[in-house]
Amino acid sequence: MRFLPLILRNSWRNRRRTLLTIASIGVSMCLLGVMIAMYSAFWLAKPKDNQALRLVTRNRVSLAVFLPVAYRQQIEKVPGVRLTMIDTWFGGVYKDAREARNNFPRFSVEPEKLFPLFAEWTIPEDQKQAFLRERTACVVGRDLANTFNFHLGDRIPIRGDIFPGDFEFTVRGIFDAPSNSNVMFFNKEYIDQSLPERRRGMVDTFYVLIDDPQHSSRVADSIDALFRNSTAQTKTESEQAFVVGFLSLLGNVRMFLVWISAAVMFTILLVSANTMAMSVRERVREVGVLKTLGFTQGTILGLILGEALAISVAGGAIGYLISTVLLRGVERSPMGGFLPALRVFDPVIAAVCILLAGLIGLVSSLVPAMGASRAPIVEALRSTD
Amino acid sequence: MAIPLTYNLRNLVVRRTTTLMTALGIALTVAVLLAVLALVNGLRVTLATSGDPRHVLVMRKGATSELTSLVTRTQFQDLKFKPGIATGSDGQPLASLELITIISLEAEGSGTGDNVTIRGLMPAGIAMRHNVKLIAGRWFGQGVNEAVVGKALSDNYPAARIGKKLRMGRSDWEIVGVMDAGRGAQESEIWGDTNQVAADWNRVLYMSSALVEATDASAAKALVNSINDDTRLDAGAELEQDYFARQTQSATPIEYTGIFVAIIMAVGSSFAAMNTMYAAVARRAREIGTLRVLGFSKLSILTSFWVESVLLAGLGGVIGCLLVLPLNGVTTEVGANFSQLAFGFHVTPGSMAAGIVFAVALGSVGGLFPAAAAAKKEILTALREI
Repeated sequence: MRFLPLILRNSWRNRRRTLLTIASIGVSMCLLGVMIAMYSAFWLAKPKDNQALRLVTRNRVSLAVFLPVAYRQQIEKVPGVRLTMIDTWFGGVYKDAREARNNFPRFSVEPEKLFPLFAEWTIPEDQKQAFLRERTACVVGRDLANTFNFHLGDRIPIRGDIFPGDFEFTVRGIFDAPSNSNVMFFNKEYIDQSLPERRRGMVDTFYVLIDDPQHSSRVADSIDALFRNSTAQTKTESEQAFVVGFLSLLGNVRMFLVWISAAVMFTILLVSANTMAMSVRERVREVGVLKTLGFTQGTILGLILGEALAISVAGGAIGYLISTVLLRGVERSPMGGFLPALRVFDPVIAAVCILLAGLIGLVSSLVPAMGASRAPIVEALRSTD
Repeated sequence: MAIPLTYNLRNLVVRRTTTLMTALGIALTVAVLLAVLALVNGLRVTLATSGDPRHVLVMRKGATSELTSLVTRTQFQDLKFKPGIATGSDGQPLASLELITIISLEAEGSGTGDNVTIRGLMPAGIAMRHNVKLIAGRWFGQGVNEAVVGKALSDNYPAARIGKKLRMGRSDWEIVGVMDAGRGAQESEIWGDTNQVAADWNRVLYMSSALVEATDASAAKALVNSINDDTRLDAGAELEQDYFARQTQSATPIEYTGIFVAIIMAVGSSFAAMNTMYAAVARRAREIGTLRVLGFSKLSILTSFWVESVLLAGLGGVIGCLLVLPLNGVTTEVGANFSQLAFGFHVTPGSMAAGIVFAVALGSVGGLFPAAAAAKKEILTALREI
């Protein structure tokens, strides 16, 4: 510890090089930070309280195959189930499907159950009542409202494709959600009334609200067991698993993240190793002097490793800060509506990023540091480089 | 007068560890860029080989994908006898009414389900796909729950191998054959008899789309216009090739993400290159002074160091290309229109050239400041530096 000022002074000696290295590591680390955050949100994060209470039941075959609405009665009898809501992916075309932002997710739901189910969403009471009262009403998320500048009373025309017909919805409410809210909900009754008789009574998914997160796998298994021998078998999973499964439609996201992260980490390793090698090479004579003064091999090794650590940790910290900004951008992008909730600031991820940067710094400087600490005094002093 | 190039080359060789590490850093950046370009290219090749210029795809007006389109049997009966449609060997028009839907299949070792396209089609539909060939087993029979799977599917999904039974809409289907579509999108599909698929999914009246073959490419264009203008038919038509070309859009998010990542990595590597070049300038201060004494101008010093940086980055670019080459032909999958599409990475000479240009650009930006610093050195102070 008492060598800390010396380490800091050493790393600050060639300012330009140190700054360039920190910048280089920082830029790479910010990519890594985004990827770690996404990876953890998809596969590691525990769902938040409310989300952990929600399960999704769909047809085992695929989302394109519907379930009979009659399943609801049986699902609601499963112990632990508090509420079920019909939630159907509506699809359809808003204005022009070729423009990406027009393809926001749209669902037909049961209005009276939407807000009890998503208890973390907030909406003014009068807007909620208006949505319940009017059959052609819809509610939109704050993000969606901002994108298209929707106001209360605006009409949104959607041309149905899975459910043929021209529909016009009136915005009666704008809700706020802690995660991306680039989404629109409307009353399934409005859609049903325009469908031919034989297509009614079919639903895409049941959202199931349970009483205790600990019961989630038991409830899911008992729901699937109910329909194991029927023509339409079900698959029930947590809302989080359902969203991540949806994402896999984009391709092998997991592999994509892992490979790019590996490339980025290796790049940081090279950059840091290069810097430390250069800085050690410049100071071979100094190391000789330090040794003459009685510094041990271990101390010298520690000094150089400490310098690498200081630089890479600084880079890691800066990189993490940039990554939070990038992550906010990812969350607000049109794709954000399909992603699970990302935590923009997460102390665990911050710690992982900085530790990872530090570790890379240590590993990268190991070879030059060992070389310098082992160099014989006389040779080190003679060096002119 | 310019400083000879060998001076730079030798310098790079003398400081080979530093050179190699910096070049490798640049190489990784280029490799990420190239891998993404290869992915997008592979997808384009697959989609381009999937369409036939004589084929016209008929969907509901305004539908953007077969999955969300609806075509009725009545519409198909009217459509079948439009002029310009070729006749098959049996004397019937080459037209196939098809039903497209998806099922969830578990990939090898993943544990999660992927969405796979199921296509119900008529015998004419098979005859029309000239690029599709049966490589194992036999075609499915009419009126039975039998299916033929694409090669990519049977390679990746143990549940979709010949002889296995697959649970589809409401009943089990036996897999009786494997087809090869020569890189086409059909390699990621499961085919069965259209009427059986319709019955299994309880969609007897509303099918998804119809595919017809025109006598030649110009007749196909005329057919598209005549179907779109037919108000009684009330359906939309487009060339199958145009339809597939539109599907390449599904790769856009991947393409943009990849390019974005590569650019950020490039910023990082250009800082690293700058570092290396500054160190080179600092170490060779006396050399620079000597060169100036020998009569080389500031400009030639600037050019020389800048060229060295470009050479360094170019080396990185070449290594990056070499790193990506083994990816060529590796197959992967991407979601297109809510179902999986298998295709191979396709590294083209064009994208490799782009990668090297990218590296050189990165090196020239990174080398500019150090080169300027080298050129600005005063002769006397430079000579005095150790």
